[in-house]
Amino acid sequence: MSRYITRLRMRRTYKWNGRPVGEDRKLKRQYYESMSISVEGKTEDATVSLGQYILIEGDDDDNPFVAQLLKLYTDDSGKKKTAVLQWFVRMCEVPQNKRKLLGRDPHPQEIFFYQDRSCDNEVDGETILGAVQIEYVPVQDPFPVGKSRDILFVKLLWDTKSFRALDPELMQPSQSPKSPPPSSRGPQTRALPTPDPSVMKRAMSGILTRGSMSTGKMSSSEAESLHSASKLSAAKALSAKRRSQAVSGPQVRKKLDLCSPSKNMSRDDVLGELLDERSEKTLTSKLNTSPTGRISISIRLTPLNLNKEECVSPLSSHSPDKPRMTAHDKDDAARARTPSRRKDSAALREPALAALAEEEHEDSPINTAATSRSKRKSAQLVSSRIKKQLNLLGNKIGLQSDGEDGDDDDCFIPSKIDLQSSSDEEEEAKIDSEDELIVKKHRGSGTSRSTEKTRVSARTPRKTPSKKTAPATPRTPRHATPSIPSRTAPARKPGNVLEEARARLHVSSVPESLPCREQEFQDIYNFVESKVIDGTGGCMYISGVPGTGKTATVHEVIRSLQQSAEQDEIPHFRFIEINGMKMTDPHQAYVQILQKLTDQKATPDHAAALLEKRFSAPAPKKETVVLLVDELDLLWTRKQNVMYNLFDWPTRRNARLVVLTIANTMDLPERIMINRVASRLGLTRMSFQPYTFKQLQQIITSRLNRVKAFEEDALQLVSRKVAALSGDARRCLDICRRATEICEHSGSQKNSSGLVGMSHVMEALDEMFSSSYISAIRCASVQEQLFLRAVIAEFRRLGLEEATFQQVFVQHQALCRVEGLQPANVSEGLTVCQRLGSCRLLLLEGSRLDLFLRIRLNVSQDDVLYALKAD
Amino acid sequence: MWTPEIRHVASRKYAGQWREITGPAPVKMSKRRSAALTGAQGISLAQKLLRERLCHQKLPDQPVGLDSQYKYLLELLRRTAVHGESNSVLIVGPRGSGKTMLLGCVLRELMSLKEAQKNVLLVELNGLLQTDDKIALKEITRQLHLENVVGDKVFGSFAENLAFLLEALKKGDKSSSRPVLFVLDEFDLFAHHKNQTLLYNLLDVSQSAQTPVAVLGLTCRLDVLELLEKRVKSRFSHRQIHLFSSLSFAQYLDVVRAQLSLPPDFPDPKFSDEWNHSVTKLCEDKTVEEILRRNFNGSKDFRSLHSLLFLAVSRVSVSHSTLREADLIEAWRLISVDSKANVLHGLSILELCLIIAMKHLNDTYDGEPFNFQMVHNEFKKFIQRKSHSIHKFEKPVVMKAFEHLLQLELVRPVDSGVCKVQREYQLMRLMLEHGQVMEALQKYPQCPTDVKQWALSAFG
Repeated sequence: MSRYITRLRMRRTYKWNGRPVGEDRKLKRQYYESMSISVEGKTEDATVSLGQYILIEGDDDDNPFVAQLLKLYTDDSGKKKTAVLQWFVRMCEVPQNKRKLLGRDPHPQEIFFYQDRSCDNEVDGETILGAVQIEYVPVQDPFPVGKSRDILFVKLLWDTKSFRALDPELMQPSQSPKSPPPSSRGPQTRALPTPDPSVMKRAMSGILTRGSMSTGKMSSSEAESLHSASKLSAAKALSAKRRSQAVSGPQVRKKLDLCSPSKNMSRDDVLGELLDERSEKTLTSKLNTSPTGRISISIRLTPLNLNKEECVSPLSSHSPDKPRMTAHDKDDAARARTPSRRKDSAALREPALAALAEEEHEDSPINTAATSRSKRKSAQLVSSRIKKQLNLLGNKIGLQSDGEDGDDDDCFIPSKIDLQSSSDEEEEAKIDSEDELIVKKHRGSGTSRSTEKTRVSARTPRKTPSKKTAPATPRTPRHATPSIPSRTAPARKPGNVLEEARARLHVSSVPESLPCREQEFQDIYNFVESKVIDGTGGCMYISGVPGTGKTATVHEVIRSLQQSAEQDEIPHFRFIEINGMKMTDPHQAYVQILQKLTDQKATPDHAAALLEKRFSAPAPKKETVVLLVDELDLLWTRKQNVMYNLFDWPTRRNARLVVLTIANTMDLPERIMINRVASRLGLTRMSFQPYTFKQLQQIITSRLNRVKAFEEDALQLVSRKVAALSGDARRCLDICRRATEICEHSGSQKNSSGLVGMSHVMEALDEMFSSSYISAIRCASVQEQLFLRAVIAEFRRLGLEEATFQQVFVQHQALCRVEGLQPANVSEGLTVCQRLGSCRLLLLEGSRLDLFLRIRLNVSQDDVLYALKAD
Repeated sequence: MWTPEIRHVASRKYAGQWREITGPAPVKMSKRRSAALTGAQGISLAQKLLRERLCHQKLPDQPVGLDSQYKYLLELLRRTAVHGESNSVLIVGPRGSGKTMLLGCVLRELMSLKEAQKNVLLVELNGLLQTDDKIALKEITRQLHLENVVGDKVFGSFAENLAFLLEALKKGDKSSSRPVLFVLDEFDLFAHHKNQTLLYNLLDVSQSAQTPVAVLGLTCRLDVLELLEKRVKSRFSHRQIHLFSSLSFAQYLDVVRAQLSLPPDFPDPKFSDEWNHSVTKLCEDKTVEEILRRNFNGSKDFRSLHSLLFLAVSRVSVSHSTLREADLIEAWRLISVDSKANVLHGLSILELCLIIAMKHLNDTYDGEPFNFQMVHNEFKKFIQRKSHSIHKFEKPVVMKAFEHLLQLELVRPVDSGVCKVQREYQLMRLMLEHGQVMEALQKYPQCPTDVKQWALSAFG
């Protein structure tokens, strides 16, 4: 059950209340004071008016955005309703790395006044969900205890950098002169001219029930938990997303931790709170506790008198420390309750819900597959086992489960399960699967809706124990991020100058600066910076041969941009990187982008759809996303839709996406892209020229950074040589590294300066660039050399560059006789030929052709003759 | 006194036992018997030792003639293991030049280093086994024992797999994670994988600040770098270790001697002295030297030498307990025999006559293809004019003989695709060299002289 009844599947209709209170002729706007939101199938309308705190539909259904309504206006046509807001943020919306700035655990209901000028404060009026209560709490004061869970507290102000004390004046909507008198202080909030929220709540929950009944789309798999089902997430997508989150890694969990308020508190806190609320409740409503009530609900499969309220309420009571709170009394309460009471109950379910949400993610796949019914059964089994095992505790259990039968006692066991080892967990899992059969039976008998509900209500008890045991049992996490085991002995640090130089010259070492790319750096920096500041989108194409520092420069740009974002010179942005070579299929690009953006997993098609939605839908508080696409050419597909989308998204009005693409060829857009793709890529291009020898020299010098290991001449030789060949900085660094090794070896023999000199560099260059063919021919056996000679002789005779083995073999035998060797037979000849073919000195056809296989030389004839002559 | 037969049985029996004991057998028997037994045991022990050596079952103590390469590679891998420096290197050399042996020796030494021993992870891939990146990735994951991280969940897609591995490698860093050595045997085959994704990623890891890796490629192709895509090539460090043997024949002979000699710690010193002495003598023998030289001329690699010596060593038995030149000559004969000559020896006279007719046709028409009809005519001419010993054969019989040759693939149709032509007129080629036919005729048992003369005559 969602905390806020947000995503009703049904349509909400928005209507202005009363006449426009003002008009702006220039902008052709008409201002209104309040708006009523009516939901299909509901009699009372919810009304929101200026100055009121409202909820705005957002990405996260659990936590819709919170804001204060400042203005409401419609444009000329009168169709589009726009709301001007003052935003509030929840802790979970604050960037993860900034959360610790708060210096304490946030109160679960705490929100922060959001102060950020770059943030868009206009939203579509039709995203408003309803009103919410906010109380201002002075900084020194503690958070009020015992208040309804729906009231949010504001204490501090979040200005994207730090938390500050909130000036109560800020809470008053100052921008709107036509707004009603400010009403921000805690006590005053109640006096707001809002419809009684509890009334609204009830109305909405009524709709909810009906909604869930009528929505046939809630397939049993989708409605794996009431948690997600009852939220009635508008799109299937969202439920899928949630499911995928459920199976995704620890990040998700971390995120959830922050969303679920109770998580951050110690267990006692939670219990205390729960108890508090409970006692309060029992005091106020004076309900009698009838222990049998709950059993009837959890077992009953008929949908008759199960309404939403009933099946939800057990959830709240399932926390282990409130055993006596049964669904039955809830049920009674639900009927007897005054509207305000209802609200309490809604608030009361909160902690349990949070736990439930969390538990879902800790479940193993079996659990997701198995229904909760089986879990309860299994829990029962486990509990009975535990009873047997723990004789010591037998008394207590007996006491607690007194007056309740099997179905109930499982919710008490949890506290004991802590004592159990992980083996119990495994057993549970086993039982889970065993019980699936039973579950199926149950499914068959009950109607789908009712089973769903019972399942959920029954699920909770099983959940609670697992929550307790989770920290104790080191279960292999399903999606633990893999890592290479760490070393037993620490890596040795470089010992001498040469080793130090080698470490610095390794391509992987990140240099302090990127010399020789200042201009390119500046250009890219300006491009990205301007886009980030303007909040617009754009594409840039960067080309250059391998090893010219394209990726490194872009990374450097991003790094310095992020730095200035930290210092708040520019707005914050997200950086995402994908590489065409690091995916198996161009369409995986979507998957990777989505995963890096939102941590969701999806199929390529689904991911494309989600991204499309994300980049085209207007959303408040959107950060600019900077996307680096490395090795762009590999994203080519026949239809080029991957490229098309990548370049099309930035052009959307609300996308706020900057795409930087990198590839090797300068004319890639002209060569492989069809017009509509190339046109969207635009003309912002940059090409990285291969390094000149001076630049290469500078690069090495700056990398070495005063580590004196090379002679000047040696450096110059390397850089000139590499610049002449490719201008690839990687090559240059590799050669230098090899030269230091050679120097180290020779250094031990003769007493040289200890610096890398010309001779060492020459040797390294030789090793890396000299063709190995000549030495291979020189080291070949006599017959192999003769065969090569025969090949050339035959080529000369034929005047062609190709001959069959038979022809060459005749020549070969003749040559053998000339050399005074015993002529080889055909088998030997073929062996020799194949051996030359395997080193690719010769190019051969398949050996099946035997005598008629055709032979070509893979080396020039001159090289062969030169190699043979020097012998 | 034992009869030779009994001794033989005994030797076999003890040879079996010997394998289990492996150490020198305790001599508890009477003097006479123990002397006889040690002789037999000595032979089988010597044979076992030499076979192990010649069949590459055991790494040699030191790679022969590859000292500089050995040092280079060891130093490189040591740096990866100890300093966590990423590297990539290719070991290039013709087949049988000892690439795997070199790597094996280096790894053995590396693992004996205390610093490296428990710090290194080894992943071995072979281009012939991991024929595409998907299989290769699975294999890497398996060898790195990463699959237990995901529990029993079977990997979904190739894409997930790749992302998984890259994430794993990315999470490590130079100083704290264990270096991974990737050995890619038949490296050139990996270059044929789609987009060279695996190579790009491995080499990219080796060039960036992630988990330290050493990528070792083994290949016999000299042009392997040209196979790499430019981005992949740029990420490769261009270190190549070439294994070309520059042995002279004298060194080669030394190697032969060393390979055949028994080690000084051989349990029976008397036998080993005798054996080593015979080996030295053998190497000085003129015919043996000639055989070895021919082998050396054919190829310098040790694999062909080993197969030759293996055959020779296998011929040693109790009756002659030392290696004699006859053994080597016989081994050479077996090895160097032309593969088709044996087939020719098994042919009938008629088939042989057909081969000769084809040879004449080849001579007359300068290697142009022929058909059965032409061969038959040529054969008939021979029967009519010159033959005294061979009677006339019916055409179907000749046809049958021709088809037999076709089956043996001594004759092959020029264009196998076309079957429309009648069998008699299908164009064929002879898959034999001129010399092969003549040689086979010389050695053919009881070949009629007129057939021989016909073969020798210039034109049919």
